[in-house]
Amino acid sequence: MAEEITISINTKEYKVASDQTIMQAADKLGFHIPRLCYHPKLSIEGACRVCIVQVEGMQNYVASCSYPISDGMKIHTNTQDLRRARRDIIELILDNHPLDCHTCERDANCELQRLAASMGIHARHFEGEKKHYEKDLSSDAVIRDPDKCILCGRCVRMCSEIQQVHNLTQAYRGFSTVVMPAYNMPMGESVCTACGQCINVCPTAAFLEKNYTQDLFEKLNDPDTVKVVQFAPSVRAAIGEAFGLAPGRNMEGELVASFRKLGFDYVFDTQFAADLTIMEEASEFLERFQNNGKLPMITSCSSAWMKCMEQFYPDLIDNISTCKSPMSMQGAITKSYFAKKIGVDPKKILSVAVMCCTAKKYEASRPELIVDGMRGVDIVVTTREIAWMIKSAGIDFLNIEHEEADHPLGMSSGAGAIFGATGGVMEAAIRTAYELYTGQTLVDIEIEDIRGLQGVKEGRLEIDGQEIRVAVAHGLGNANNLLETVRKDPTRYHFIEIMGCPGGCVGGGGQPYAQVNAIPLDDVALKKRAEALYDLDRSKTIRRSHENPDIQKLYKEFLQRPLSAVSHKYLHTHYKAKMPVGIVPKTERGSGV
Amino acid sequence: MTQIVNEDKKNELYAFMDEVSQERRSNSYLIAVLHKVQQLYGYLPQEVMDQVAEKMEIPTSHIWGVATFYHYFNLKPIGKNIVSVCMGTACYVKGADKMLLTLKKELGIEIGETTEDKLFTLQEARCLGACGIAPVMMINGKIYGELDSKKTVDIINQYRKAAQTDIE
Repeated sequence: MAEEITISINTKEYKVASDQTIMQAADKLGFHIPRLCYHPKLSIEGACRVCIVQVEGMQNYVASCSYPISDGMKIHTNTQDLRRARRDIIELILDNHPLDCHTCERDANCELQRLAASMGIHARHFEGEKKHYEKDLSSDAVIRDPDKCILCGRCVRMCSEIQQVHNLTQAYRGFSTVVMPAYNMPMGESVCTACGQCINVCPTAAFLEKNYTQDLFEKLNDPDTVKVVQFAPSVRAAIGEAFGLAPGRNMEGELVASFRKLGFDYVFDTQFAADLTIMEEASEFLERFQNNGKLPMITSCSSAWMKCMEQFYPDLIDNISTCKSPMSMQGAITKSYFAKKIGVDPKKILSVAVMCCTAKKYEASRPELIVDGMRGVDIVVTTREIAWMIKSAGIDFLNIEHEEADHPLGMSSGAGAIFGATGGVMEAAIRTAYELYTGQTLVDIEIEDIRGLQGVKEGRLEIDGQEIRVAVAHGLGNANNLLETVRKDPTRYHFIEIMGCPGGCVGGGGQPYAQVNAIPLDDVALKKRAEALYDLDRSKTIRRSHENPDIQKLYKEFLQRPLSAVSHKYLHTHYKAKMPVGIVPKTERGSGV
Repeated sequence: MTQIVNEDKKNELYAFMDEVSQERRSNSYLIAVLHKVQQLYGYLPQEVMDQVAEKMEIPTSHIWGVATFYHYFNLKPIGKNIVSVCMGTACYVKGADKMLLTLKKELGIEIGETTEDKLFTLQEARCLGACGIAPVMMINGKIYGELDSKKTVDIINQYRKAAQTDIE
């Protein structure tokens, strides 16, 4: 236990625990010191100097994010001199910033803009040379715009500390400093996994998803195509935040109704394909388990994880499930089974996916996923993009009458819903695998051990007297730590779920920006989004994927049985090693860099 | 022949990295290793930075950050002769900027670039400590002082001639 000491803030004394920085102590006492480069989940950089405070007896202002408190310390957070110094710092940042707020994608969602407003900056006092660089549009998913960058370094720390991908660095120095991949590689050719977490933590618009909204609006007006949309579980759990609601509201009914108003002919649910994924994946696992196949089997739903795995874990490719992600399964079934059902040439179908994810844009373009010469999914837009489209089309999202998704690819079990939260795929797979193996129904289906935000979670269950050991990791850094264990001890687990983003898909790189006065990727918000999905699961009568009647019908009419030749053609894929530029260091040394 | 030379360089670099890997917090020796690379290759080739990344288990992006931060490191191949023009205060007052223009024109390159025949690399230098004979330039460590445009071009031509003789 830390000892209790006395500090004073703005002349009033407080008793606080000693093991804190000035900012941490002030936060708890209700003083919100302005900040920019600070993020509670990342290391302290102290680069922006926005969080300076005055400490009596010290000659210079100190950065409160990095300075520890001590007994008797007298701190001032809001003197006139300090306010002026802070304002100057923000003005100097603004001086090297494009100031095209009204045409910027982050307008009204920008931390720099909010800070400038809160500092009372209404005129420009400094005007000097501005940097100018080309935008990097090479990636299908994440674009980089160095002109908007204020060098807070959050993206660099996110990429290396939380994701351990180490794609980004601050290269060159002084005025010429630019955040870029190694060798100034285009993002599309770099080790970037397209997870989009740099976008989530960026305070400005230096990183954005590649925007397909105009393209989609155009195609929605084409009378000659059949327009089909699917949407991921986590989209419904988070999109409310883009309309000012508190995190954790399930907006499924509003979304379905809005899709129809936007002009989609059929509204399907990726949760249906999540059930389908479980049928295939649980069967694949049992097949491996019973026939001495390669174990542990590792899930393959997360697109950022797919790319990460091909680059950094080529030795584990045989461990990866061959199942496509739910999005790609849904796309493949839409253009085969469904096209036949409605008697339409699949080439006339526009298949759109609304995802919580930026990496799904990358996934949709993977050549390995092409069946019969067609992509399963033609356009992917993120939660952020669809929220903008709904607003732009003048749809009254919050007051719209709820509607339900269409058959036959719109109905899902509760197991399909929880895919969006870390541990959800594993939980859903266990519910079905248990029954497929034992012929008995698993009664206690809520598996608490693998829920929640702990980095790596472990669970055990017994199926017919045999122990199955499972593990779940979310965020590529946690995945890295888990897989180092697997490399050393390959028999430790039988089944592993990996999601590329912190919290799983609910924390995806395409989710709404943090609300005013909220922190990007705040644990409370992530938990509430996940809770919305667990509530949705509990509200359903059917909570096991194999009990979904539309899934049963799909197998009867088209796929025959899990892992059949037809299933393999449409629902399974393959991976191959890719030689990246840049490596993931071993964890024990990586943190020292 | 070239292959043997390259193999030798690689062996020397790896021996050096083996040596520093024995140290505590060996990744803090990155700058020393990059110095070694530059000493061996004259600049930091990408494929060698990749080798350093793998061997030292340091992300390439981090190496790129360090390599670009220090002006000392060359990121492109350099020429046989390194021409550094002093831009210190004394030289500048005595017309170093004009000398630099002359060199840029004569060599047809900008600062930091190398001529196509790989004979010259042009660099800027801070004070070389020869203010008494300003303006000065340094070629491969040798100082030339009291320069004017004609003298500068003459010196460059001497190096061209020497290179020609070497070939013959």
